[in-house]
Amino acid sequence: MTEILSAVLVLSITGAIFAVVLYFVAQKFKVIEDPLIDVVAEALPGANCGGCGKAGCRAMAEAFVKQGNMDGLSCPAGGAEVAKKIAEILGCTPEEKEPQVAVVRCNGSCANATAKTKYDGMRDCTFANSLYSGESGCAFGCLGLGNCAKACQFDALSLDPETGLPVVNEEKCVACGACVKACPRGIIELRNKGKNNRRVFVACRNKEKGADARKSCSAACIGCGKCAKTCPFGAITVENNVAYIDFNVCKLCRKCVAECPTGAIHAVNFPPKPAAAPTPAPADETGSNPKNE
Amino acid sequence: MKLLNVSGSPHVHSDESTKKIMWRVNLALVPSLLVAIAFFGVNALLISIISVASCLLFQWLIEKFIMKVPSTIWDGSAVVTGLLLAFNVPATREMILLVIIAALVAIGIGKMSFGGLGKNPFNPALVGRVFMLISFPVQMTTWPKVGGWFPVNVDATTGATPLGMIKERLKNGENLSEIMPDMPSLCDIFMGHIGGSLGEISALAILIGAIYLLCRKIITWHIPVSFIATAFIFSGILWLCNDEQFIDPLTTILTGGIMLGACFMATDMVTSPMTKGGQLIFGFGCGLLTIIIRNWGNYPEGVSFAILLMNSVTPLLNRWFKPKRFAN
Amino acid sequence: MGGVHPEENKISTAAAIEEFPLPKTAVILMNQHLGAPATPCVAKGDKVKVGQLVGKAEAFMCANVHSPFSGTVAKIDTCKDAFGLAKPAIYINVEGDEWEESIDRTPDIVKECTLEPKEIVDKLKAMGVVGLGGATFPTHIKYSVPPDKKAEYLIINAVECEPYLTSDHRVMMEHAEEICIGVSILRKCLGVPKAYIGIENNKPEPIAVMTDMAAKFEGIVVEPLKVKYPQGAEKQLINAITGRRVPSGKLPIDVGCVVSNVGTAYAVYEAIQKNKPLIENILTVTGKKLEKQHNYHVRFGTTYNDLIAHSMGSLPETTGKVISGGPMMGKAVSNLDAPTTKGASSLLVIDEGEAVRAEESNCIRCGKCMNACPMGLEPYLFSALVKNHRIEEAGAHNILDCIECGCCFFSCPANKPLLDEIRLGKNLYRGILMAKKK
Repeated sequence: MTEILSAVLVLSITGAIFAVVLYFVAQKFKVIEDPLIDVVAEALPGANCGGCGKAGCRAMAEAFVKQGNMDGLSCPAGGAEVAKKIAEILGCTPEEKEPQVAVVRCNGSCANATAKTKYDGMRDCTFANSLYSGESGCAFGCLGLGNCAKACQFDALSLDPETGLPVVNEEKCVACGACVKACPRGIIELRNKGKNNRRVFVACRNKEKGADARKSCSAACIGCGKCAKTCPFGAITVENNVAYIDFNVCKLCRKCVAECPTGAIHAVNFPPKPAAAPTPAPADETGSNPKNE
Repeated sequence: MKLLNVSGSPHVHSDESTKKIMWRVNLALVPSLLVAIAFFGVNALLISIISVASCLLFQWLIEKFIMKVPSTIWDGSAVVTGLLLAFNVPATREMILLVIIAALVAIGIGKMSFGGLGKNPFNPALVGRVFMLISFPVQMTTWPKVGGWFPVNVDATTGATPLGMIKERLKNGENLSEIMPDMPSLCDIFMGHIGGSLGEISALAILIGAIYLLCRKIITWHIPVSFIATAFIFSGILWLCNDEQFIDPLTTILTGGIMLGACFMATDMVTSPMTKGGQLIFGFGCGLLTIIIRNWGNYPEGVSFAILLMNSVTPLLNRWFKPKRFAN
Repeated sequence: MGGVHPEENKISTAAAIEEFPLPKTAVILMNQHLGAPATPCVAKGDKVKVGQLVGKAEAFMCANVHSPFSGTVAKIDTCKDAFGLAKPAIYINVEGDEWEESIDRTPDIVKECTLEPKEIVDKLKAMGVVGLGGATFPTHIKYSVPPDKKAEYLIINAVECEPYLTSDHRVMMEHAEEICIGVSILRKCLGVPKAYIGIENNKPEPIAVMTDMAAKFEGIVVEPLKVKYPQGAEKQLINAITGRRVPSGKLPIDVGCVVSNVGTAYAVYEAIQKNKPLIENILTVTGKKLEKQHNYHVRFGTTYNDLIAHSMGSLPETTGKVISGGPMMGKAVSNLDAPTTKGASSLLVIDEGEAVRAEESNCIRCGKCMNACPMGLEPYLFSALVKNHRIEEAGAHNILDCIECGCCFFSCPANKPLLDEIRLGKNLYRGILMAKKK
């Protein structure tokens, strides 16, 4: 009997002491936090992709609550739906934002940019980029080691074993921008999804002179400027021997696509033209955009 | 003209490989295997073959159907596990089949569940052995009687390991001065003519293997020496205090699994610390725990538990003991 | 501490230095040194002579570039270097071999040097001398010791611990006296009482030749050193000769040491005593499968293809890799059309079997990388940390102390690309530090 009593007694006393200690410690180190943060964090996707520029979803929720409105803050991964939810919680109107998607601006596939050397080191783009120009000799093109695919938290990027280039799954891509940061050569860009998901863009970043660029890749932009001259809306600029199409200005007329001598301009998700039209079907060539119409 | 290779420096590599290291460890285990066959006969051979074969089979199955990775069974590590596992069980007929379960536990739980070679925190063979010791305590402590040379049929009459006998009779209230005359001679102990697990009996064969590994620079002296020295010194202190209750240090280190454990199990690269300081502490801990378990634990032998316990602190030892930096 | 013993393979030791023939066209890169590129100071169509200044150093960390050829400037453009990266360059159509008159081309040895230290530094700067040990650090900057620091030792690096390379070996055998004069000039420039020439014990002939020669000069000591890679790494060499250790993040001058390569000493002699700018280097052309081994005097701007065509016709069929520099620290060449530069000390042809890396497997925590690391670092740990993006932790474990000697990868039984991972980690960590500073 005494054994049971002593055990109960000892346990009760230790329990009481711990309770008192815990109480005072909790008081001393109390962190006062707005309960709203938890509510907002709950509404966020929770992938911690960093697409918003914050350290993670929790940090983003703190920023939202601190600011009290959504000006200048947006969760690219969550899109309109999440924005609506958060707007409800915070009691403000969500910022309107054009939906975007990641676009791979390189067409240096195994066939277009044949390998002149063989890379035999760590499978990491940033490292290979610090070492040399790349297997094809193009110092601006995709290295094909998949840092973008590794960075994607949404399983929207994968390397096509045939072309060696990354492929964006448009349905899964939430335009968080993680791949844009992961690419050491700035090949991936977030572009507006466009009307009916249709886009026209220059799939090349090579800043070398035309002849040099062609040496490493047959599909390189040679900076000839024909596209810029053709464009009726002035959406195309040629700088450093490479053309760029401003997606805010482009009206998707596709005149430039037909003009480009190397096929560096890609038009994706357009319905096939009648047989007479000379436009190639680059969506198939790049393989970068599965049709989802 | 083939394409030129490009990579970062260096562009040459030494001829070291994991495979070479593992097969050299296997080679170092051969003397002990031969001694086991010499004293335990066909049973020892069968247990070893079945143990190695089932380790290889389980690794192959797990890699092919569960992990879906290229097979690595010929890198020699599964053979090392298989041999060490066989060395850690008694050479009875029952073990011939039971060792298959041990192999499944060793490879499946001890190694592959962590991701395969290099990722396991505990020595797989010891995980297998300890599992068996707890699950099949009778079979794992039933020792065949050591007969003459190359016995074809080791009969079921059971002998005892020197340690088991001492523990038993000490419990019955006898003193060491009464027990010691029944012990095999030190020479027999050193040569391995005693009862015990398959591979642990002959200190001589183990030392031959260990010297080979030292020459090949696969192990360093730190773990074996600190393990054995700690066990020697600690048991020596106990013996000096009370030579009626505690075995003399020389018998201590030559019987049971200390030699095998110190030379082959504690030195496993994957589960032991990397710096010299860490290795010395690791060996010290193994030695200390072994003697504690032997003298005050329930089991007559404590090497397996001691090594497994020290395996668990290896990551901490790697953290505490850093190599001496050149620049600081 | 640490270190490994790779196969020495010094198969071109016996090949005396030959003059390499002039190419028809040549490309002179404007950044053949560590730092900012030089600015071209000639125009298309200009006639240039050998030794004429064609690239002017305008930034602080920069070195003059002189034309190694006479002829006409064809164009000023960019040119892809040996690693495929475009660099500013001057293209020259080589015509004849007409030298600047100021250059003393006689074989006479000029011993006396009356210049003051300041004048020596200025002349080194004018002559575009850079360190020829591989890093191509502008020599005039190294020898302009800041007033708050004091040089106590001059160390000449003639260790040549890299396998295959023999250019230092040959230059010591053939130009011992010039080297000693160069060393004396550098010693005078720093105002230190003694200069030590460190040579690895596997080169008994150069040790004998240099010891005999050094006896005729004041304050030059030849120091034979233990054979171990990387004995010739700056910090290891300083430690071996003076017993001092360069602390983390510091320079040799912080422990009172200045280290120069033996080839640099020879270049210093030529620049100061013969008015000859740095326009050529001794370059080893070697490889196990090559019929003939060579050591050449090669003028910068000669392309790798020229080198291959003249020395072996074409690359052997089974070539796996072409390396500029030694097999441990050299860089793999991906563009053979590229011109050689001041930093190139060899053209090494490695066979397929050796060049292709074996497949990587799991780390077995054997600790070989750690024991091989001459800086006492933990390569296996960096590998894991970098892979898991824990760069700051790697930084806390002194990742920046890594000297990139490659001992870790060399000794790794699992064939992990340890040095690749460490380099990546170093770059990322430097990026983090830069961002923090801002």
